[in-house]
Amino acid sequence: MSTVPASAATWTRRHLLGLEDLSAEEIIAILDTAESFAEVSDRPRKKVPALQGKVVFNLFFENSTRTRTSFSLAAKRLSADVQDFSASTSSLSKGESFIDTARNIEAMGSDVMIVRHSISGAPHLLSKHVRSSVINAGDGAHEHPTQGLLDLLTIRRKKGRIEGLTVGLVGDIAHSRVARSNIWGLTKLGAKVILCGPPTLVPRGFEQLGCEVAYHLDEVLPRLDVINVLRIQAERQQRGLFPSVSEYFYFYGVTQERILRSRPDVLLIAPGPINRGVELTPEVADGPNSAILDQVTNGLAVRMAVLYLVSGRAALANQPD
Amino acid sequence: MSTIHIKGGRLIDPSQGIDATLDLWLREKQVLAVGRDGPDQVDEVIDATGLIVCPGLIDCHVHLREPGNEEDETIATGADAALAGGVTTVACMPNTIPPLDTPGGVEYIVLQAKRAKKCNVYPVGAVSKGRSGSELAELGRLVEAGAVAFTDDGAPVANPALMKRALQYASMFDKVIMQHCQVMELTEGGVMNGGFQSMRLGIPGMPPEAEDIMVARDIRLAEVTGGRLHIQHISTARAVECVREGKRRGVRVTAEACPHHFTLTDDRLASFDSHFKMNPPLRTQSDVEAVIEGLTDGTIEVLSTDHAPHAPEKKARELNLAPFGIIGLETLVPLTISYLIEPGHLDWPTAIRMLTIAPAQLLGLEHRKGSLRPGFDADVTLLDPAARWVIDPSRSRSKSRNTPFGGWEVTGRAHTVIVNGEVRFRSGELTTS
Ligand SMILES: [Zn+2]
Repeated sequence: MSTVPASAATWTRRHLLGLEDLSAEEIIAILDTAESFAEVSDRPRKKVPALQGKVVFNLFFENSTRTRTSFSLAAKRLSADVQDFSASTSSLSKGESFIDTARNIEAMGSDVMIVRHSISGAPHLLSKHVRSSVINAGDGAHEHPTQGLLDLLTIRRKKGRIEGLTVGLVGDIAHSRVARSNIWGLTKLGAKVILCGPPTLVPRGFEQLGCEVAYHLDEVLPRLDVINVLRIQAERQQRGLFPSVSEYFYFYGVTQERILRSRPDVLLIAPGPINRGVELTPEVADGPNSAILDQVTNGLAVRMAVLYLVSGRAALANQPD
Repeated sequence: MSTIHIKGGRLIDPSQGIDATLDLWLREKQVLAVGRDGPDQVDEVIDATGLIVCPGLIDCHVHLREPGNEEDETIATGADAALAGGVTTVACMPNTIPPLDTPGGVEYIVLQAKRAKKCNVYPVGAVSKGRSGSELAELGRLVEAGAVAFTDDGAPVANPALMKRALQYASMFDKVIMQHCQVMELTEGGVMNGGFQSMRLGIPGMPPEAEDIMVARDIRLAEVTGGRLHIQHISTARAVECVREGKRRGVRVTAEACPHHFTLTDDRLASFDSHFKMNPPLRTQSDVEAVIEGLTDGTIEVLSTDHAPHAPEKKARELNLAPFGIIGLETLVPLTISYLIEPGHLDWPTAIRMLTIAPAQLLGLEHRKGSLRPGFDADVTLLDPAARWVIDPSRSRSKSRNTPFGGWEVTGRAHTVIVNGEVRFRSGELTTS
């Protein structure tokens, strides 16, 4: 990479566990670093030696092909060695504990562990038991910091700023780690956040995180600069949190009609994988307001930046000779 | 005949309204006398100058894990922890494997406690067969085998019809039904208090109304049956208010509070540390204040620990997978002193009452225990009220180490503990073999 942004020099953290812990300056440092890495993806030879000799482990205790692939590719573009470890094929099913598994992996010489887990706080627990850097790749309903960061990067690139924008998060906020990381990141960088969904999925109390809560999407649509459409899991309907998928779609589905009633320049983003016909229609997902594919590209750059920063290379690069 | 003379201490016995510098004589297994004059012939003199001398402390809510989970605790190790904490009598919960729902199971506890020869252990029987909440256990035969009360603790008696029958039936023996108040449908999958913090952290919540509703329901059932109801480990502001209101109406309801519910709040879960995972969960600051207020105004009359040992490998897991509960026997006294007495919420006699005669009455032991009347059991606790120390989980006498209070600097600890006229703990050391 050609230049390390000056803001990256302030980075001192060994782990990335969530956006709640980060200052606005630290978030900006990641976004600026990601900008400089985005350029690597445009090169014919998409590789820099920044993490040469480092070993990065993907510890996925919950399936997510897309996030794991993005992290793997990011690590490879930085010339790290990457190894996948998924719990389904592991000794965890034989009763080995989560911490023991991670310690074993560390004994194989890991420098960075990328951890995805269905339980909130699992990466935090791990960070207290290993010497490696731990990157949270999604923990329970708590945080998904790199998703939050790639959403921020996408918004910043498309809108030129984050401060002063009004961003709507639509869907299952209560159970969404993406929502929480977005809330922390957006509010720290000066955006207004409106959470929208039925009260069973957007319970009272989220106002205390500095957000506005709305139950009727059509009423808030005209105020939004960005719509971030979160996923609805069928399991929630089975647990009775909303009456049916079709009723959900009737009130909260992002359709072409709703886009037409929004601001002309409204930006539509959605963490994958999307359920076409549940949260949004195909024409909207593929339409001119959608930045869904840009998010995937930006995700790579963000993950390269995070890997680079937590492994301490930015500090070295910025040292005066 | 062996006689012990405990002299020069501040003797506090709320059952007799005593708070004065008085001496105490024990002979064999009984209290001989309290006062300034006693027999000249004594075998041992204990200088209690600067110490508080009180009836042996009673903890009505302890999990000893034997039978079934001896890797977490045994009756012997749990009783050691009790002695180290100044507790001479514990009532142990029936959620063992198998549960204490048969006379044989109850007698086994009595027998193992006798063998261990540490502190007094009284079994609490299960309310329902198999603790499954469908059919009453043989409560009468359990009483004959040694059960002092009934509960399905670990889980509530969910079915209101069964709860009503339990209150009716147990009143025949004047035994109390202790209830773990929780509407399970509202707490399914829950890990911590449901509220702002669980929302922020994305951790499944157990909302306070799950406790409030069952407390209200059971108070009404106690009212219509005339049975004795005891609310275990009360933790919410609304539940405290329900008990207060029930008492005002004359319902036979009592309640206990545990130290973690008057010292800690749910924001501790931001550490994702399973040592803060308990059931009922840590609540909010206003709930903590309500529990303290309930203790201050007499709504809550008993302090208990809900001592719930779990082996370290079980607690060192992801938050949702780790079991609920913390050990508490050795931190009961210092947390009570540091967080209730020192800030002025309770005076010494009131706190001692909650640890002695009040739990004795709850368990139907008030004719033998919880008091230093002549002829009562010679169970005595001597407390050093001023000792400053740092809680060190690695030094616990329990088989388990699951306390969130490690590293806390606290005031007060047990100095000497006498059970059945024998010194079983002295100056930080267990003196039983
Ligand atoms: Zn309980």
